Amino acid sequence: MTVRFNIYRYNPEVDNEPYMQDYELEEIEPGIMLLAALLKLKEQDASLSFRRSCGEGVCGSDSMNINGVNGLACITPLSELKQPVEIRPLPGMPVIRDLIVDMEPFYQQYRAVKPYLIVNDPMPEVELRQTPAQRKKLDGLYECILCGCCTTACPSFWWNPDKFLGPAALLQASRFIEDSRDQALDERLENLEGPFKLFRCHTIMNCVQVCPKGLNPTRAIGNIKKKMVKKSL
Amino acid sequence: MAAIQRRQFDTLIIGAGGGGLRAALRLSEAEASVAVVSKVFPTRSHTVAAQGGMNAALANVSPDNWHWHMFDTIKGSDYLGDQDAIEYMCRAAPKAVYELEHFGVPFSRLDNGSIYQRAFGGQSQNFGGDQAVRTCAAADRTGHAILHSLYQQNIRAKTHFFDEYFSVDLLKDEEGHVLGALVFNIMDGQPLIIEAKTTLLATGGAGQIYRNTTNAMINTGDGLGMALRAGVPLQDMEFFQFHPTGIAGRGMLITEAARGEGGYLVNGEGERLMERYAPKAKDLASRDVVSRAIATEIREGRGCGVNKDHVLLKLDHLGEAVIQQRLPGIRQTCMTFLGIDPAEAAIPVSPTAHYTMGGIPTNRHAQVVVPVKDTPEEAVYGLYAAGECACVSVHGANRLGGNSLLDILVFGRAAANHIIGHLAENRYHRPMDESSVEKAMQRFQRWNKNPGQDGESVNVLRHELKTVMEKHCGVFRNEAVLREGVEQIEQLAERVKDAKIEDHSDTFNTARVEALELENLIACGLATMHSAFARTESRGAHSRMDYPERDDKNWMRHSLYSLDTGLDYKPVRTKPVSVDSFPPKPRIY
Repeated sequence: MTVRFNIYRYNPEVDNEPYMQDYELEEIEPGIMLLAALLKLKEQDASLSFRRSCGEGVCGSDSMNINGVNGLACITPLSELKQPVEIRPLPGMPVIRDLIVDMEPFYQQYRAVKPYLIVNDPMPEVELRQTPAQRKKLDGLYECILCGCCTTACPSFWWNPDKFLGPAALLQASRFIEDSRDQALDERLENLEGPFKLFRCHTIMNCVQVCPKGLNPTRAIGNIKKKMVKKSL
Repeated sequence: MAAIQRRQFDTLIIGAGGGGLRAALRLSEAEASVAVVSKVFPTRSHTVAAQGGMNAALANVSPDNWHWHMFDTIKGSDYLGDQDAIEYMCRAAPKAVYELEHFGVPFSRLDNGSIYQRAFGGQSQNFGGDQAVRTCAAADRTGHAILHSLYQQNIRAKTHFFDEYFSVDLLKDEEGHVLGALVFNIMDGQPLIIEAKTTLLATGGAGQIYRNTTNAMINTGDGLGMALRAGVPLQDMEFFQFHPTGIAGRGMLITEAARGEGGYLVNGEGERLMERYAPKAKDLASRDVVSRAIATEIREGRGCGVNKDHVLLKLDHLGEAVIQQRLPGIRQTCMTFLGIDPAEAAIPVSPTAHYTMGGIPTNRHAQVVVPVKDTPEEAVYGLYAAGECACVSVHGANRLGGNSLLDILVFGRAAANHIIGHLAENRYHRPMDESSVEKAMQRFQRWNKNPGQDGESVNVLRHELKTVMEKHCGVFRNEAVLREGVEQIEQLAERVKDAKIEDHSDTFNTARVEALELENLIACGLATMHSAFARTESRGAHSRMDYPERDDKNWMRHSLYSLDTGLDYKPVRTKPVSVDSFPPKPRIY
């Protein structure tokens, strides 16, 4: 099987502007993932740059825009992709080089929601208790791998990258809001008030469509909104 | 060239997995200034991939205590583990788990609200009795849950992170004091000297020396390479764990929890193979035993599939509900990579390179220790190591599943505790040794020029290294195969000196990072192959066909391999801190 690629290239040291480069791979084994193909291309052209690590969809390094849809290269089967496979960096983020974007704005959003458990009472000598039903509320929230696929697919983020927190950070906010052990609910809800941080979500649901872990940030955002309404009553 | 930028911190931590982040949190809370340097964003570290859980005698499910856990760990180590360190770790385990829970780790729960625990291999009640239920879990994403929570707590504690900085080499003066490290920012290629009163290596293992591995591509033994080049020997590198259940031919890990929850292995004849190798523990024997059993079945023609090159892991009898609740991550992995739902069909598995038991020798305070004249364990001033890159040694010749997350948390914390004491007594930075900086800069800049016209590429050498390690240092070993392996790896170590890369740009140059990683991998390969060749016995994961028995008289000792002087040995610490020693016994599961 031969596969053709069309890949976004930009190295600020040598290129005045980005361009798309054609590549071809011959004799590809059936069933491989896109990452394996990119690694083969890198053997041909060492300058082609992208992040990667675990190769099984848990570290979140190799997020990129694949035929117009954000995803992780390591769990995207090559055979399912229309050719030429067009690969670009995640949209809406500053490009450092080729498929590598500066994720710092994304991490800032994450840090802005205070993504850590807040308990004000003295801790017991053993674990804090949590029933299986309470713990179940965290399923679908704690599994986020911070790949950035959702946030960089969100039109509300593209329009207001500095004001809207984006689906990934809001999913994290929800992860702590829903945690029965957390004691900062009011503070967390207040922190999300105003027209932008949370309420710029217009339920376009691109985030749900692209999440490689099958998570649902839109639902999490909806649950936060419900909690806010309940609090204001 | 412009002067190299310099920063000063109390402590430099290299590596942002569970070990590095646990230490960083403790130190930041103690108001030490901490720099954490990581070549990837912290939550991309390989701790994130740990699945099954973390051992601690909480007794939430079955009766338990730390002393039983200690016995199991020593037996699992095939009596090569240091008993003082193992006692320390098993005693500290429950507290380490409760701390994590307080940090926010979303552990799975039992009906009474306490932390869920599951059965794992090699765990027993009452010193070898019934199966213990000791492994604390967050579904089968325990590493992810722990790593993210630790990173989150470090955000709260305002730890200083240098994300996507690569560490080139340790800096030290002529008397051997470690003074920090030379690192560079991968984003713009600019070097940076980080001066530190104490340096903690927490860089993880070297699983990328093997072709078929569960390990992430970042697991290139960088800290091990740095230690070797700084004159620190590596300990017990011949003991490399092959996990029994990697997806056959692909390498993705299928957690031991799959067997802990009731799954079992079947050979080509449909037989439950572990009944023959471990009549009592069966599929929950320790990993070296299960991996050898699978490898033997395959060698003797009882494998599955067209090529009879794997066995099957059966889970479908557990029911979809249990699989979805307890093993959702590996279910997803199987569906993605095999198109198989383990709730319906068995998973093809085979032994896959997984864990570096050996590493940088440390004591139980995580201080790096080296032989000096007649003392086998003299602390290196200012240098610490914790986690998979270290060899305390709590795993000895074979690590038990669930003890690796425990190791990183207990010894990450122990390192921080000792560092706090060190900082109180050593208030000022020692003067930097400029010749040491120069040497590190030479290594960094070496890849900017290609020494020979016909130097080989990094890719070619890396592929060859992985093939040599797989063929010559796999599950079963013998003298002839190892001798050839030593020759070939020595040649690779020579050939890499002339290797070249085509990309010399400064902006996010991943080709240069891979070249520096290759040097570390080859150093780890050298240590592993040489140590394996020299050890003429079978113990734990080191299985010699030509020396099938354990030889306590000659070999109950740790190997130490250094680049300059080759192999040396030191005794196992058989005396625990407060209880009686567990003397070596035949190891039956």
